[in-house]
Amino acid sequence: MLKVDKITKRFPGVLALEDVSLTLEAGKITALIGENGAGKSTLMKVLSGIYQDYEGQIIFKNEVVHFANPKDAQEQGIAIIHQELNLIPYLSITENIFLGRELITQYGTLDKRKMKVRTQELLDMLKMSVKPETLVAGLKVGQQQVVEIAKALLTDSDVIIMDEPTSAITESEVEVLFKIIDDLKNQNKAIVYVSHKLDELFRIADHYVVLRDGKSVESGKMEGITQDLLIQKMIGRNVQVHRKVPIETKEGVLFSVKRLFLKHPVRSREYMLKNISFSVNKGEIVGIFGLMGAGRTELLETIFGLHPSVSTSEIHVDHTRMIINTPADAIKAGLALVPEDRKKDGLVLGMDVKTNICLTTLSDLEKRGLLSDSKESQLSEKYIEALKIKTSSPQQLAGNLSGGNQQKIVLAKWLATKPKLLLLDEPTRGIDIHAKSEIYKLIIGLADTGMGIIFVSSELPEILAVSDRILVMADGAVTAEFNSSDATEDAILRAAIPKSVYENQL
Amino acid sequence: MNLQIHRATLIRFQSLIALFLLCLALSILSDKFLTVSNAWNVMRQVSVNICISTGMTLIVLTAGIDLSVGSVLALCGAITAGLLKNGIAFPAGNLFIGFTLLGALLAGVLTGSVLGAFNGWAITRFKVPPFVATLAMLTIARGLTMLWTQGFPISGLGDTFLFFGTGWFLGIPVPVWISGIIVVIAVILTSKTRLGRYIYAIGGNESASKLSGINVSRVKITVYTIAGALAAIGGILVTSRLDSAQPNAGTSYELDSIAAVVIGGTSLSGGRGNILGTVQGAIIIGVLNNGLVLLNVSPFWQQVVKGFVILLAVIIDKSNSKND
Repeated sequence: MLKVDKITKRFPGVLALEDVSLTLEAGKITALIGENGAGKSTLMKVLSGIYQDYEGQIIFKNEVVHFANPKDAQEQGIAIIHQELNLIPYLSITENIFLGRELITQYGTLDKRKMKVRTQELLDMLKMSVKPETLVAGLKVGQQQVVEIAKALLTDSDVIIMDEPTSAITESEVEVLFKIIDDLKNQNKAIVYVSHKLDELFRIADHYVVLRDGKSVESGKMEGITQDLLIQKMIGRNVQVHRKVPIETKEGVLFSVKRLFLKHPVRSREYMLKNISFSVNKGEIVGIFGLMGAGRTELLETIFGLHPSVSTSEIHVDHTRMIINTPADAIKAGLALVPEDRKKDGLVLGMDVKTNICLTTLSDLEKRGLLSDSKESQLSEKYIEALKIKTSSPQQLAGNLSGGNQQKIVLAKWLATKPKLLLLDEPTRGIDIHAKSEIYKLIIGLADTGMGIIFVSSELPEILAVSDRILVMADGAVTAEFNSSDATEDAILRAAIPKSVYENQL
Repeated sequence: MNLQIHRATLIRFQSLIALFLLCLALSILSDKFLTVSNAWNVMRQVSVNICISTGMTLIVLTAGIDLSVGSVLALCGAITAGLLKNGIAFPAGNLFIGFTLLGALLAGVLTGSVLGAFNGWAITRFKVPPFVATLAMLTIARGLTMLWTQGFPISGLGDTFLFFGTGWFLGIPVPVWISGIIVVIAVILTSKTRLGRYIYAIGGNESASKLSGINVSRVKITVYTIAGALAAIGGILVTSRLDSAQPNAGTSYELDSIAAVVIGGTSLSGGRGNILGTVQGAIIIGVLNNGLVLLNVSPFWQQVVKGFVILLAVIIDKSNSKND
């Protein structure tokens, strides 16, 4: 049905996909698996026409195709259902399904009757007992997903790509979804199913393709393979990053958090983070690993005082109880947070390097109530040199620097606050290998000076390389703890995979 | 390379160059334009807009907007005038409070500050978009002005009070002194203080600013409060110049003010721009108004021309920032 032949996709400085090939058959479900950053989403974006510049060929129904845009891909028969649903809440189901391809009467007005009839047909087929004129905002997440599927079916797609379709829905909704997928399979559609939940794949998939570091490493039939084998194939690399020698001279507890809870932003009776307690010693690097949606970022944000009204916890720094309700409180308590998305939360891109570095410590840079330019220059030059930030001058706009150097600016502005505990959220995301290893060295160096470090990452090798101790999170809870000496990629990944309802049925 | 530097200089001084060309054209077209008395006349008129627009610039730098400045100006002018002339009489207790000039002025500025703080509070506490919160204040303050004045002008305010709007000091009109001092303070505030730095940071990236420990709400409330106080000072200047507080004073001043900010190169999405640009913008609008009057252009056409100038200024600014 669809053949991907040696696709390579480059981003500036990064090879996201390298010679990836895969074949989809009609009436079969192909599971696409791989760690975060293995290239799954890039591949899906190439297939669905979001990325147009790639090397290699897509052969669809025995013809070479090159989609100009997502709409083109859709019209030719490839539909994608994204993890984040792309529905407009205050339009009805019908209006959403026909968005951008409305049926028109001979007078040029919307043919509402015809569209409603067609929507009803689709909903019947998907066994959803909701009226076509219902607003999407009033549907449950699982039902919204079905609407997305209906959207895909409207154009009579032959290939349907589903990205983590069960990540946001309840158990009974998963049952419904799987029945629909089975039906689609019987209608001879080719389905690509992307999920971290391996047990689900064993239930529905026929084939699997494993991506690793942008390459397609393995493919085959689900029959006869085990979960352990799949996990091995997903990791499958030799770790050669220098592992840090664990410091035995632990100088006592620096930071501890007890019974941390965070409420779900929408469903107020559920918790995003459940009863998390852990501590960090002086000079210790604690790695936190978790897959997408495990709650890693939320954990750091909650500790840093960003969700005061919906969370509870008990935090001690240096054996003193700290009440942290705002980032300013957190900074006063000696914490610093390097956020996951440096462009969105870390830097003011339109300001220069100097100003960004000085932003957290302006009160120390004043002279007689006015900001002192010489003090600012001194501070920023100190960190530009210490962290080897490559910039033409301190006056260069932060937005003009490379990802690695931007990350160093964020680090610099936090180191300037002289923190006791540094919270790092995916500090090496999207930066090149060289800059990565510089950042590792930096972090290890900081820990050697006695700073406590929490290092959140979704990349196993780097977690293993720099951490003294590793916590694993899944579904908002800590599921395992390892000393770095006895941690293996295998064991960590096993603890990180969320357990769904099918665990017991296997 | 050399060309690039020339280009950069050109862009940097574009509003000054525009102002110069405008003045040159007007002096050729009208023999009344380039006279000392006309120059002071223009500056006197412009100083009210400079007062308001200085506050507006601070707000726009945080990516906000204040539509209420015109109404706040009217209310504060009326309060100062009313207190000065009539004081407050409480019919029930036969109580009467008279106001000195200083007391009346302070009461006016205080009113402006309170209304500005209210704007900031609504925006930060309830996450009301600045456009809506200040639109509400536009109506509220105008209504309060009508209540206070009962719809009639308050006139005959005494010679000392008139000094603020019409007087001279060291050969320069008093309103120009006042707006000049405000501009100097605002330039220092934006370029040399923590508050100023936070204003730019919040406009550039609010969530990064919040994570950096900046109390975003406090900064915003401060900025709206300052803008309210400056609108009040503008109201006092207008009232003093006319020797009368008009209930419908300041109508659509917010538009002239936003125009000055935008022509001055401050980005409406925040984080980029400066006070001196706004001053140039206000002067350009003032000179344009004055020139069109001197040239006997009909007031209807004046509005059309002004509209196109604003549009042109923003288009040039956009194309420049794209090339950067």
